Amino acid sequence: MTARTEQPSGAGAAVANGVPALDARLRVYQMMVEMRDFEKRAYDLFLQGLVKGTSHLGLGQEAVAAGFGAAMRPEDYTFATYRGHNHTLARGVPMARIMAELMGRELGLMAGKGGSMHLTSVEHRMMGSYAIVGAHLTIANGAAWSSKLRGTGEVTVCFFGDGTTNIGAFHEALNLAAVWHLPVVFVCENNRWMEYTPIRSVTAVDHPAADRAPAYGLSASVVDGNDADVVYSVATSAIERARSGGGPSLVEAETYRHGGHSRADPGKYRPDDEVAAWLARDPIPALRHRLLDAGVPEARLVAIEQASLAAVDEATAQAQASPAPPRSLVERDVFADGGASWRR
Amino acid sequence: MAEMTYRDAVARAIAQEMRLDPSVVFLGEDVGAAGGVFKATVGLLDSFGPTRVVDTPISEQAILGAAMGAAMTGLRPIAEIMFSDFFAVCWDIVANEIAKTRYMTNGQVRLPLVIRSGNGGGVRFGAQHSQSVENWAMAVPGLKVVAPSTPKDVVGLLAASIRDTDPVLFFEQKSLYSTKGEVPDGEIVDELGRASMLRDGTAATIVALAGMVPRAMAAADQLASEGIDVTVIDLRSLVPLDVTTVATSVAQTGHLVTVEENPRLCGWGAELASIIAEENLFDLDGPIVRVTTPHVPLPAADALEDAAMPDVTKIVDGVRRSLR
Ligand SMILES: Cc1ncc(C[n+]2csc(CCOP(=O)(O)OP(=O)(O)O)c2C)c(N)n1
Repeated sequence: MTARTEQPSGAGAAVANGVPALDARLRVYQMMVEMRDFEKRAYDLFLQGLVKGTSHLGLGQEAVAAGFGAAMRPEDYTFATYRGHNHTLARGVPMARIMAELMGRELGLMAGKGGSMHLTSVEHRMMGSYAIVGAHLTIANGAAWSSKLRGTGEVTVCFFGDGTTNIGAFHEALNLAAVWHLPVVFVCENNRWMEYTPIRSVTAVDHPAADRAPAYGLSASVVDGNDADVVYSVATSAIERARSGGGPSLVEAETYRHGGHSRADPGKYRPDDEVAAWLARDPIPALRHRLLDAGVPEARLVAIEQASLAAVDEATAQAQASPAPPRSLVERDVFADGGASWRR
Repeated sequence: MAEMTYRDAVARAIAQEMRLDPSVVFLGEDVGAAGGVFKATVGLLDSFGPTRVVDTPISEQAILGAAMGAAMTGLRPIAEIMFSDFFAVCWDIVANEIAKTRYMTNGQVRLPLVIRSGNGGGVRFGAQHSQSVENWAMAVPGLKVVAPSTPKDVVGLLAASIRDTDPVLFFEQKSLYSTKGEVPDGEIVDELGRASMLRDGTAATIVALAGMVPRAMAAADQLASEGIDVTVIDLRSLVPLDVTTVATSVAQTGHLVTVEENPRLCGWGAELASIIAEENLFDLDGPIVRVTTPHVPLPAADALEDAAMPDVTKIVDGVRRSLR
């Protein structure tokens, strides 16, 4: 049966009595602030027409990406969705490279060939952001399988949304992860809405991910995804479990996106009181208050906040200064010889 | 040199590569303990054990996703999709994930993997277990597409596909599994993207693939008995496509006939015909003729399936139409 833990236990030395060590909490706070500032800037640039096409913001959901990011080791693998700016930042990928990718510039992480929805940095073990709902859960299994066969101790963490729990790939992937006993952690960010439709209107169970996972033999938990301490704690224990041969598990983190689904969507289809209630549970001020209560001097938090804004300014300037990618890239890297030739 | 079936050649190639490279792993439905539904992978589980030869659930997306994730992180997986018709349930992983990822990531991700599949008709299985889907694969940028016609080519081309750094779809024609041919002893590795000329004649160039190759050869025999000597080219791979070999031959014969098992629209022969028409028009002395399965799903009854697929009579007739 689903274990509904609000305060996970056994999280190891990094967490004592459900409270992470101070350095971890500060790292998570810094990550969340940077994610927030980065995405607010990305949204401004979208409105100015400098970020083109589409972008999907995780404003409000930062605690999930940051909590897991802080709990992962450098050799662990991340698989994320098109809503993946934060998960990419969480692996230490330079802001300017991400901003430039959003803006379609040569400096971009993939020189503009992927765009906002496909952020990938193999160097940082950010193994991709995937835009076909559900597919990447099966690919994450493959990375975890490879780690297991190679005996490396790496863990794969795979993020996805609530809407993803109704596509076949989710079910195929959970079953295979369990029967192969893979070192993978599936993280469902349940933000209650798919695009414009609430998940509860299309799903018969309360917890679309955590209620299904046990049927496949995965242990699952539901946690407050807006509580960064809780997320970090559950991440630490789920990752440790996978690393030590305990197999796959699933975490359903309850959260909310502050804005719309994508682009300039204002998200007006959502009830005002629901939005207001979740805005009041913003994960960033929540952790800030708790850090102050724990005796962290405010000046230290202010320094983090100022450095974050400066970093976003600098990243924006670098991205804007970068030229458009050369046209020669169009026919590059279809195949491993670096080219696109299909005939001889 | 030993005589060997097309099906045994599959297992031989996989075993050869698994022995040489510990990063090669093999997964699919019923491929291990049962040796595959076509018995093409018998003995691999015994030789290499359940860590490297893995029986999977009936989860085509999970199979190909696992192969992709493993290939991204240092393994060389071979995945089996039992019948190529089943690509329709996992085409997202093939066409959106495997095919596009190197490109989208600006070359950061490499995907050395092979997807083998039983393809095509001639075995009376009906429309959902008989289609020739090589033209689906050919239409997707980022995939290599290989389809051997002989046991020797199965070994050499499968080995080359496993060693290739790009994803390869490897189509095994089901009606060929029981056919036999000579295969040299020792390690065999061929080269992708090289057609082979099986017969050299001056009257016309017949280009065929996989299960259509023996039929094209039989048609050439019949034409020869009437004094018409044709060239037969086994294309062997669609991506890379060996245009040079075909164009060189057409420059000598002046006539091109393609023999394709795929349903007619957008079959590989249409691409080849368009290239020859665009680049070698003045070498042609007659119309390019495409002999294909008509644009229908394949029927089950032997009489109907035989009537649908290209056969010797249709190929001979195609050559005559080009020569007229
Ligand atoms: C297979 C597929 N179907 C539909 C879409 C269009 N689509 C993009 S995002 C999305 C909503 C996904 O919701 P969820 O999984 O909850 O993730 P969230 O966007 O909330 O992060 C949809 C339907 C898609 N990209 N892929």
